Amino acid sequence: MEKLLEVENLTKIFTLGSVLSRVKITAVDNISFFIRPAEIFALAGESGCGKSTTARIIMGFERATSGAIIHNGRREGKNEKVWFTEGIQAIFQDPFATFNPLRTVERYFFETIQNYRLATSKQEAIERIDAKLRLVGLTYDDLAGKYPSEFSGGQLQRISIARALLTDPKLIIADEPVSMVDASLRMSIVNLFKRLRDDFGVSVLYITHDLATAYYVCDRIAIMFRGKIVEMGTVEQVLMAPKHPYTQLLRASIPEADPARRWQGVIRLSDIEQDEYLRQGCRFAGRCPHVMDVCRRVTPPQFDVDGAQVACHLYAEMSRSDEVLIASQGQ
Amino acid sequence: MGDAILRAEALRAFYALDIYGKTKIIQAVNDVDLEIRENEVYGIAGESGCGKSTLLKALAAAIEPPLRLMGGKVVYRVNGAEIDVATLSQEEKRRLRMTYIAYVPQGSMSVLNPVMRIRDTYRDFIESHLDVRQKGEAFALAREHLVELGLPPKILDAYPHQLSGGMRQRVTIALATLLKPRIIIGDEPTTALDVVVQRGVVQLLRDVQSRLKNTIVLVTHDMGVHANIADRIGIMYAGKIVEEASTERIFGAPTHPYTRYLIDSLPRFGDKTPRESVPGSPPSLANPPSGCPFHPRCPHAMEICKREMPGFTRVAPDHRVACWLVGEGSYGKAA
Repeated sequence: MEKLLEVENLTKIFTLGSVLSRVKITAVDNISFFIRPAEIFALAGESGCGKSTTARIIMGFERATSGAIIHNGRREGKNEKVWFTEGIQAIFQDPFATFNPLRTVERYFFETIQNYRLATSKQEAIERIDAKLRLVGLTYDDLAGKYPSEFSGGQLQRISIARALLTDPKLIIADEPVSMVDASLRMSIVNLFKRLRDDFGVSVLYITHDLATAYYVCDRIAIMFRGKIVEMGTVEQVLMAPKHPYTQLLRASIPEADPARRWQGVIRLSDIEQDEYLRQGCRFAGRCPHVMDVCRRVTPPQFDVDGAQVACHLYAEMSRSDEVLIASQGQ
Repeated sequence: MGDAILRAEALRAFYALDIYGKTKIIQAVNDVDLEIRENEVYGIAGESGCGKSTLLKALAAAIEPPLRLMGGKVVYRVNGAEIDVATLSQEEKRRLRMTYIAYVPQGSMSVLNPVMRIRDTYRDFIESHLDVRQKGEAFALAREHLVELGLPPKILDAYPHQLSGGMRQRVTIALATLLKPRIIIGDEPTTALDVVVQRGVVQLLRDVQSRLKNTIVLVTHDMGVHANIADRIGIMYAGKIVEEASTERIFGAPTHPYTRYLIDSLPRFGDKTPRESVPGSPPSLANPPSGCPFHPRCPHAMEICKREMPGFTRVAPDHRVACWLVGEGSYGKAA
């Protein structure tokens, strides 16, 4: 199986507090996943689950405590930023914060072209910029000499994508690309990712808390909870038949745009987040409706359940019986 | 569902900004007619910058410069008597606030004083609105109220930063409902929260509403939240309400082209058919388009749309739409 980017046993520990009262928070705890060429992969979860930290490590803004990032079969060395040299580009959450309000938008394009030496003359540069802008439904004339304040959030986000496309990247890391964009324009951004994948073979690491758009646009998804991947598989498996109790809760909590299907029942919320990071064993044990003794002691490994990876003790027995089944079939 | 408890008539509220000696007028709320009934959850939906927060400010009688009331009025019905908000003095407004109409803002961190414990915030609040002599009495009241809402009373001893975002938002809601207001106005109360926490907050709001039998006016751009809690929904676009109907009809039979786009573009589970965004960009309220503000983005735009704003047409009981497409033959304002 071809892998464009692989993340192997990635861990990031942040230290909080002063020398006297130190608390270690494992923001990303030993996670592994990979992205195939021409695939949209979602990393989803609530705030504080470590999804953005993972993205920042991949982009090189943050150094991992341990673990490796393998891009096109090459491991990230100590002082090289893989994303920088190998064509991984990033798009950020807030389109208004991406661009300096006192600089014209086109300067960002020329800067990227200079940094990567993509053109030899100004004319060539403009042609390249224009070609990329046309992919997102704009032209160079639309933004020549304009400042960020002259665009709407949706337009700026599209401009941001066009800028990322300048280097012909194979992978785009999009950290919550639509959460700050108006609902009426959200789909134009999401559809753009689909087109980039289908027409140009670009992969996208789509980091989001919005499972409905993730379902719409993504191929595979990993659900993170308090630094761990609790469930991973295709969007059909994970979102339409969630197996981990946390994924089930998450899925049930999404307000569906259908007044006939309102929320039923009452849920419990965690009062203080830190408790869950510091919890031994499964971090969801405090809120899990199916909690068992073993959950409070042992961190669950990933089990294969119908092709999806689920980190939950509930499925331990099932996969063991599967093994028995396979063993008996082998005889 | 009862009679109107809060009414806006031809309400116009503009921001007058003075930039380098040039006055810039932002028509944030432009000619809004609204009737909110007793014991209902009324949702207002719209994109950012469509004027929905300004509308809430006007409804909550919190108009302060640079926002100005340019026309129309807001009417409260307090104990059977109708009161025009513009005629109230500051002191009378202060007395109505929190006891009659309460406000839950989006960012709970900016409501709770970061250097005060929650119980001191509660005490401040109680002392300024109720005639409570003893400290202990105020605490007892706060504790009782929290228990009633299913929140752990130990949070009274915490500082705001020690609570999670969802808990802070629920504390704010508890604070706003302490005096059992008849109307609760929520400005995106769940927007900054995670889905699971959001569900908890909506659960609390619903719980409060069914207990107090009061009215909630809820602004959010999340149609999923509206579908879950609202009884009736008003769709706002460029400072105007363009469609208003029961939640079932807004989702089941959206009529205005903007509402249709809004509902159709929502991604749904189990359905991967391509979805389209509304073409174009939201208009600037400093310089709104002529006629119907949606006409530059509307695929059905006609000549008349560019010239004249359509009045409301009643397409079903409790379902009114401001669009020339459905207004054929019934021009002008159908009440």
